[in-house]
Amino acid sequence: MATPEPEALETARSRAKDKSPWNWLLFVPIVVPLIPALFNADSPRLFGFPRFYWLQLAWILLGVGTTTLVYRMTKKRGDH
Amino acid sequence: MWRDHLTEIIVFSVLFLLVSAMGFVAARWRRPQDMAHLDEWGLGGRSFGGWITWFLVGGDLYTAYTFVAVPALIFGAGAAGFFAVPYTIVVYPIVFLVLCRLWSVSHRHGFVTPADFVRNRFGSPVLALLVAITGIVATMPYIALQLVGIEAVLKTMGVTGDSALARHLPIIIAFAILAAYTYQSGLRAPALIAFVKDSLIYVVILVAVVYLPHKLGGWGSIFDAADAKFQASPAPGDGILLNANNQLQYVTLALGSALALFLYPHSITGVLASRNRDVIKRNMSALPAYSLLLGLIALLGYMAIAANVKPLPGAKEGSVDGNTVVPLLFDQQFPDWFAGVAYAAIGIGALVPAAIMSIAAANLFTRNIYKEYLKRDATPAQEANVSKITSLVVKVGAVACIVFLDPQFSIDLQLIGGVIILQTLPAVALGLYTRWFHRGALIAGWAAGMGLGMWMLYQVGNPVTGKQHFAGSAFPLSEFGFDTRKTIYVGIVAVAVNLVVAALGTLVLRAAKVADGPDGTTPDDYLADEGTPRASAERADSAPEPVA
Repeated sequence: MATPEPEALETARSRAKDKSPWNWLLFVPIVVPLIPALFNADSPRLFGFPRFYWLQLAWILLGVGTTTLVYRMTKKRGDH
Repeated sequence: MWRDHLTEIIVFSVLFLLVSAMGFVAARWRRPQDMAHLDEWGLGGRSFGGWITWFLVGGDLYTAYTFVAVPALIFGAGAAGFFAVPYTIVVYPIVFLVLCRLWSVSHRHGFVTPADFVRNRFGSPVLALLVAITGIVATMPYIALQLVGIEAVLKTMGVTGDSALARHLPIIIAFAILAAYTYQSGLRAPALIAFVKDSLIYVVILVAVVYLPHKLGGWGSIFDAADAKFQASPAPGDGILLNANNQLQYVTLALGSALALFLYPHSITGVLASRNRDVIKRNMSALPAYSLLLGLIALLGYMAIAANVKPLPGAKEGSVDGNTVVPLLFDQQFPDWFAGVAYAAIGIGALVPAAIMSIAAANLFTRNIYKEYLKRDATPAQEANVSKITSLVVKVGAVACIVFLDPQFSIDLQLIGGVIILQTLPAVALGLYTRWFHRGALIAGWAAGMGLGMWMLYQVGNPVTGKQHFAGSAFPLSEFGFDTRKTIYVGIVAVAVNLVVAALGTLVLRAAKVADGPDGTTPDDYLADEGTPRASAERADSAPEPVA
């Protein structure tokens, strides 16, 4: 299938974007919440929550922060 | 008695009727030029922006059943039930890049279902059929479970009866209304209703997590009450923390469920309905807001312990229906009118996913069975029509499951559903990255993973309830001959075996020079964004034979 020239350029650029090293950061919020040694304990308690609960809820912020960072760093230039 | 719950019933009914009206009006919302096309009825015109996608996918993934069953699990077993939180955290970074590729290739080729993609990528109608059937079988009990969510609420309000028909009549009516507006409005109906559903749920939960701890003596004493209950119980696996034997299960269940989530046809339907790649990526950052909500909802299970809630009796003599603990907690602690709002949130919460799931199952049937095997030259209008009718059939089937079978059967099937949908991972998810696997090897891997998964689930018993088979997804490793009491999630083992068989099979079939199917996609297809034209020559739906 013959592809017109400008589109080829466009995809070459977006492929570079797809392969950005920033994407490796996504492994952090995948691995960290799956290590029970980090959170499987009662103390310290925070607002009455044992560590098991508040720390796992805190991983949500870790996930949101990482995906947002990767999204911003890999966004096409010229986008708002 | 239902008379004691009159206020709750009125508030519930009014809100329920309000969203039903919205469901019918939705057909006019963002009105397309031609509704008689599967892209319009089944994918909302592939045009949803960030906000709609957030509500739609959020309303789709975090179902009424989740909101009822997760706290029930925490109520019964403690920490092990909290797996839902890591599960819904790790899923988004995992699928952040994968779903963009699926969206792009589907945009270029007009794919509506994951099986459409597999059909074109591996040139194998058989593999596509397996993916489609797996999807339909995994989705059906999931729809039935949404009814379990509504039933838990109705039961608490005393809307029940002696005969099977009287007991189920409200659900049959609710589903008939749902079926009617899904038939008319397609994916636009759940997309519009999701706004109301999620707003109600957020309000109810925010009030619950502020007001209830205040009434019950603070979070510290809620956790202490739960701890005291589990200390006193004879069951070995419960507690407010994990023990040495269930940590592996906790982690593998969270990971396995995360891998399975976006293989479910209804999740993919929600994603393909979005406008462009950017909408998907932004949503992967925004959807975890629902995970926070889910985490707080899970803790309602402990609040129910602290408030001394006793679950209502189950269908069988002597059993209890754990799913009623959250509705009972609301009934006991909230003023009547607000309990009614909370029940409506759960009830409406069941409608959104049920509608999307039935649409997804109907699309699979239309695209990968009807069009592939029954009527090759179906027009888009015929496709849309077949999908609409199939969505009705699917809902009748789901209601029949609940009315005629023990609801426990649906719960068992849903458990199996998570394991079997995971077996489509090599073809669908890895297929987005590599064409290395041979189509024959993928079929062999699927069969091996299915067989092993079924066998393992069959072996899992629960000595406490006396159930001998299909009593859970935690497989004791001692069955494999290991000297340990640790357990592992069945799905992870089954999909690992699936992958090994698919890889070895590929090497063998390549060495034996067995013909492989053609790949109908190009590397650029996986990066295409909004505005790029469709690949016209190789439209999957217009090519009766694979184009080499």
